Amino acid sequence: MSDRRTISVTINGEAYEREVETRLTLADFIRHEVLLTGTHVGCEHGVCGACTILLNGRTARSCLMLAVQANGQEIMTVEGIAPNDTELHPLQQAFQDNHGLQCGFCTPGMLTTLIEFLGDNPDPTEREVREAISGNLCRCTGYQGIVAAALDAAKRLKGKETAGA
Amino acid sequence: MGAKMFGARVARLEDPRLLTGRGSYTDDFHLPGMLEAAFVRSPHSHAKINGIDTAAAKAHPGVVAVYTVADLPEYLRDMTVPFQVPNPAISQPFQQRLLEDREVCFAGEPIALVVADSRYNAEDAATLVEIDFDILPGASDCKSALDDNAPMCHANSSNNEGAKYTVGYGDVSDAFANAHLTHREEYWIHRGGGFAIENRAVVAEYNELQDMLTIWSATQSPFLVKQNVVDMLGWESDKVRVIAPDVGGGFGPKTIYYVEEALIPLVAKELGHPVKWVEDRRENFLATNMERDQYWDMEIAVDAGGKLLGVRGKMTHDSGAYMPWGIISPYISATTLPGPYILPAYELETRVALTNKVAVTPVRGAGRPQAVFAMERLMDRAADKLGIDRVEIRRRNLIPTEQMPYALGLIFRDGKPMTYDSGDYPKCQVEALRIADYEGFRARQETARAEDRHIGLGIANYVEGTGLGPFEGATVRIQPSGRICIYTGGGDSGQGHWTTLAQVAADKFGVGIEDIDVQKGDTGKIASGVGTFASRIAVNAGSSVHLAATEVREKALKVAAYMLEAAEEDLDIVDGRVVVKGADLSVGLAEIARAVQGMPGFSLPGGVEPGLEATHYFSPSQSCYCNGTAVVEVEVDPETGWVDILKYSMAHDSGTLINPFVVDGQVQGAVAQGVGNALLEWMIYDDNANPVSASFAEYLLPSAPETPNVDVVHIESPSPINPLGVKGAGEGGTIPAPAAIMSAIEDALSPWNVVISGAPITPSMIVEKVRAGS
Amino acid sequence: MKPPPFTYHDPRSVEDAVALLAEKDNAKLLAGGQSLMPMLNMRFVLPDDVIDINLIDGLADIRDDGDALVFGGMTRQRDIEYSDLVAQRCPLMKEAILNVGHRQTRNRGTYGGSMSHLDPSAELPSVSMAQDAVVTVQKKGGIRDIAMADFPMGYMMPSFELDEMVTSIRVPLWPEGHGYSFVEFARRHGDFAITSSAVLLDVEAGGRIKRASITVGGVGPSPLRVTAVEEGLTGEIGSVELFTEIAEKCREIDAMEDVYAPAWYRQHLASVLTRRALGKAFSRAANGTEMTLR
Ligand SMILES: Cc1cc2nc3c(=O)[nH]c(=O)nc-3n(C[C@@H](O)[C@H](O)[C@H](O)COP(=O)(O)OP(=O)(O)OC[C@H]3O[C@@H](n4cnc5c(N)ncnc54)[C@H](O)[C@@H]3O)c2cc1C
Ligand code: FES
Ligand code: FES
Repeated sequence: MSDRRTISVTINGEAYEREVETRLTLADFIRHEVLLTGTHVGCEHGVCGACTILLNGRTARSCLMLAVQANGQEIMTVEGIAPNDTELHPLQQAFQDNHGLQCGFCTPGMLTTLIEFLGDNPDPTEREVREAISGNLCRCTGYQGIVAAALDAAKRLKGKETAGA
Repeated sequence: MGAKMFGARVARLEDPRLLTGRGSYTDDFHLPGMLEAAFVRSPHSHAKINGIDTAAAKAHPGVVAVYTVADLPEYLRDMTVPFQVPNPAISQPFQQRLLEDREVCFAGEPIALVVADSRYNAEDAATLVEIDFDILPGASDCKSALDDNAPMCHANSSNNEGAKYTVGYGDVSDAFANAHLTHREEYWIHRGGGFAIENRAVVAEYNELQDMLTIWSATQSPFLVKQNVVDMLGWESDKVRVIAPDVGGGFGPKTIYYVEEALIPLVAKELGHPVKWVEDRRENFLATNMERDQYWDMEIAVDAGGKLLGVRGKMTHDSGAYMPWGIISPYISATTLPGPYILPAYELETRVALTNKVAVTPVRGAGRPQAVFAMERLMDRAADKLGIDRVEIRRRNLIPTEQMPYALGLIFRDGKPMTYDSGDYPKCQVEALRIADYEGFRARQETARAEDRHIGLGIANYVEGTGLGPFEGATVRIQPSGRICIYTGGGDSGQGHWTTLAQVAADKFGVGIEDIDVQKGDTGKIASGVGTFASRIAVNAGSSVHLAATEVREKALKVAAYMLEAAEEDLDIVDGRVVVKGADLSVGLAEIARAVQGMPGFSLPGGVEPGLEATHYFSPSQSCYCNGTAVVEVEVDPETGWVDILKYSMAHDSGTLINPFVVDGQVQGAVAQGVGNALLEWMIYDDNANPVSASFAEYLLPSAPETPNVDVVHIESPSPINPLGVKGAGEGGTIPAPAAIMSAIEDALSPWNVVISGAPITPSMIVEKVRAGS
Repeated sequence: MKPPPFTYHDPRSVEDAVALLAEKDNAKLLAGGQSLMPMLNMRFVLPDDVIDINLIDGLADIRDDGDALVFGGMTRQRDIEYSDLVAQRCPLMKEAILNVGHRQTRNRGTYGGSMSHLDPSAELPSVSMAQDAVVTVQKKGGIRDIAMADFPMGYMMPSFELDEMVTSIRVPLWPEGHGYSFVEFARRHGDFAITSSAVLLDVEAGGRIKRASITVGGVGPSPLRVTAVEEGLTGEIGSVELFTEIAEKCREIDAMEDVYAPAWYRQHLASVLTRRALGKAFSRAANGTEMTLR
């Protein structure tokens, strides 16, 4: 009776094919079908940003998309940010070094949002960082550590670029 | 590892897991055969139930079971949640039943439980449960609820007063009779909920072979869950294990035991399948406890020099429909009011009103922000009327540090006389003003006014009882591998217990914190525990870790002395090895741990007991009192009512610091919640107590652009009543925020004589006051 | 909070989409989903069919049509934010778009979706109203244009039929050197505003205002043009006194009220924000003069 479709979605470089109900949200697909539970759900009405993922490189709230809409697309979740199992991405390292997380629940959404933002704006001001994460609620940190981490990460990422060039 | 770990500003061990998506929160558990639950909740704040029809829901595809009261085992049908903290002042201690089938008393009260193969199907079926209601009027505003003709919160009671009590000391009438000046004012203080970004969640699995029930819950208090499950469901204590895995924020509401934590294990056992329930945000707005309104009708008496003579008044507290934690929050409010000041006489009568809303239980700050608001507003008024600076009047009344320990004359909620254990309140205020550049402020204000900009400065002080008993324990164990493991009962919802407890233990063994594991929040790992709330873990668990680690260290030395054939006094522990001072002789902790495992047929070295481990349960003799001063500089747009926090400075004394980095984070996060309480967060109900602002689009949490950076300066007055000298640090930032922010707004808008007697304040309220003043 | 059951369709052309709209009598179009999905998750809407229009090609272009920009109905808000064409030719829209939600919602949310959702303080409908946009809607067997003045029918109610969909929005441009300003007051950055004011001024040499367009959002049930202010400005020379006085007329607008903002406050904000926007717009106009109007 229920409306179902088979979809194929690439997440963090790996292809997943699943038959799903068409009303299944992308967040639930990622968390409960593919079992990548790093992406979190905090409101299911588009305000908290905990469910933010990168869809073809652009942030999106996965609670406001249907899984079927991701058919054939590329997704990156928090699990896909670090370069390997032992190292952290410079943004993640900056979060640890600046106490940018406490309970860690908002963190995946913060990281994915900032990955996109620092790509758009590699040299941001504090105000710009605060506006960039205005769609991500954190109840623990008061944002201070997160903002510091983002500014620190911008420096680290630029340093890396210059070093590599 | 030479560097001292205790007190060091080190990054957290928790972070790499959480940063890479490898945390495990309750909703992350996927067990084979797991079913999912959804609740049918009352859409009305108050109604009589005439009948419930679950036939259509039961027939819905994917549905496994639908439970109403009638489907519960008989012994549970009328059972209510155990009353946690009784008090003789409580006259009507209403408690919630597991499910309701007669009368619902708040919108969100559970009526039925649907279990299905997916949450989607469970929610579909929940909409098919038909309930015949007679809607009743609801008691909404707590002050009106105590009026004679108010609608009853519970249809069968004759009034809405849940409790009434008076606290105080000294001769108040005398104080007012001799006053140079008195001022009376009514305050309304609203507080919102905890609103952790992770909602509540419960997963339960019954293992028939072992006859063992395991419950994962997003709780701050796994031992409380276990105790209540055992009490309510009548199961044997050793057949129940409760685990608080990673918890996505707590802030108070996750301390409480909820009916869902009884129902989900019950149905998991009945159905023979693991069952998961994850609260969604709407349920969170309806059915997770919060704090709400208090009205304070207060009067202050001072002498000509601004010295306090007395404070008296009446307070009305909105408790919601049930009182699971009795009068804890309003009682804390009442005992917090005197704060850091020498207040010779005090009297407060409190009436607790039952209203048709979800229950009120502590939220970060727990009744204190309200009391501090009332007291600090009174101080501001006295200063203004006397023409004394708002800072100066406080300075004149602060308890000097020489008077520590200071007996207040009140009884705290732990039943003990309130005695401030240590602290330097004058220094704290001085330091906060220093980092706020108070000296330069009036000049800044002049310059701004010349540019038609309106800036203002506000200040608020507070004292907070932290580190409550009864106890929290810790086991410290050195594994045969040489790794050190700490077990403790309270869960972690972001506080960083792994890091800080490891810091407490590390120096005892000369190791780095990365050599230490901390397992927390699991009733299977340590015999007893309480929970992570009331800023109590550093004090209780921290002290226990200290005591246990010290004992393990002594044992290690004793065994090593035997193994190395050396005298104990010649030994030291360096880098995880016991060394003979000045000699090239040593033995690793791993070897010692293995030696005390014992070998068949041999006696244990040095005649010690087996195992390189110790357990301690630290039980404090009383609370320890943390304190602080917040100084806030704001700019207000008098035309739109916009408030911009330009600078937020906080001097904070939580005793000895285990990790200043972590404490900074606690203060910053707590301030953000206080900013929310002052300017944004407001749980609105209509006149019948039906919730209005029940989403994140309407109930506004502070987001990054509105939240200020906080400059924190730490004063460290060690607490004499625990071995580490620590005090709690989790709530201090929240407590003075609304008071200080309102004071700053008033100062900014002084050309219009704006007076603020409530929190939160919205932009339209500010504009209204400016217009009235011009 | 899970979406109710529905049948999902993903047509590849406008024709297929409108055919489905004609055939299904309880269907909802799914554009960016930033308003529809929350309503589905909360089960505030219960459609039998959801018609996803994200896979239709050619609906998301921003086209330079000389004296107008033409936006496909599925143009993402992010693409408006980053469009040079918009920044140069329609700066009011550029200024407004930065207030629309957050970067994640702008990545998905669309122009057509905003117009159809028609929140009273939504920025894109306000800008469309200010610029006298024309909305093109299509249904099975017919296309028609709706002038922006006729587009809102009531609170969150656009005037197109249930079987019609927005395919494009044509936004006429103002001459080079015009003054513009979009000012809003929201409780938090990215929230729907309580009130907003969008101002366009065509200023002649000497500071004389040739044409003015003033739109207030969040006060009435939909964005409103304040003709009384526009008329009072036309032909006048811009000045602090003029703007201060004329903006007061915004207090006369019939205003909505809810528990979050009383009617008088919305009217008050309309007047304050319009005054400030007038000052900014006049300062920005090539023939205007710099003025600070707080
Ligand atoms: C946290 C948050 C903050 C936000 N803040 C703002 C804000 O400040 N300002 C603002 O303007 N918006 C804001 N929004 C909403 C905005 O993001 C949406 O983009 C917009 O309201 C709807 O656009 P959409 O493309 O997402 O449409 P959808 O959500 O997909 O659709 C909305 C409605 O329009 C109908 N519809 C969509 N497209 C068409 C079409 N082409 N023809 C006919 N009908 C159609 C749908 O059926 C539905 O009824 C916010 C949203 C969120 C989640
Ligand atoms: S869960 Fe998606 S925005 Fe909150
Ligand atoms: S770290 Fe807990 S919500 Fe951000």
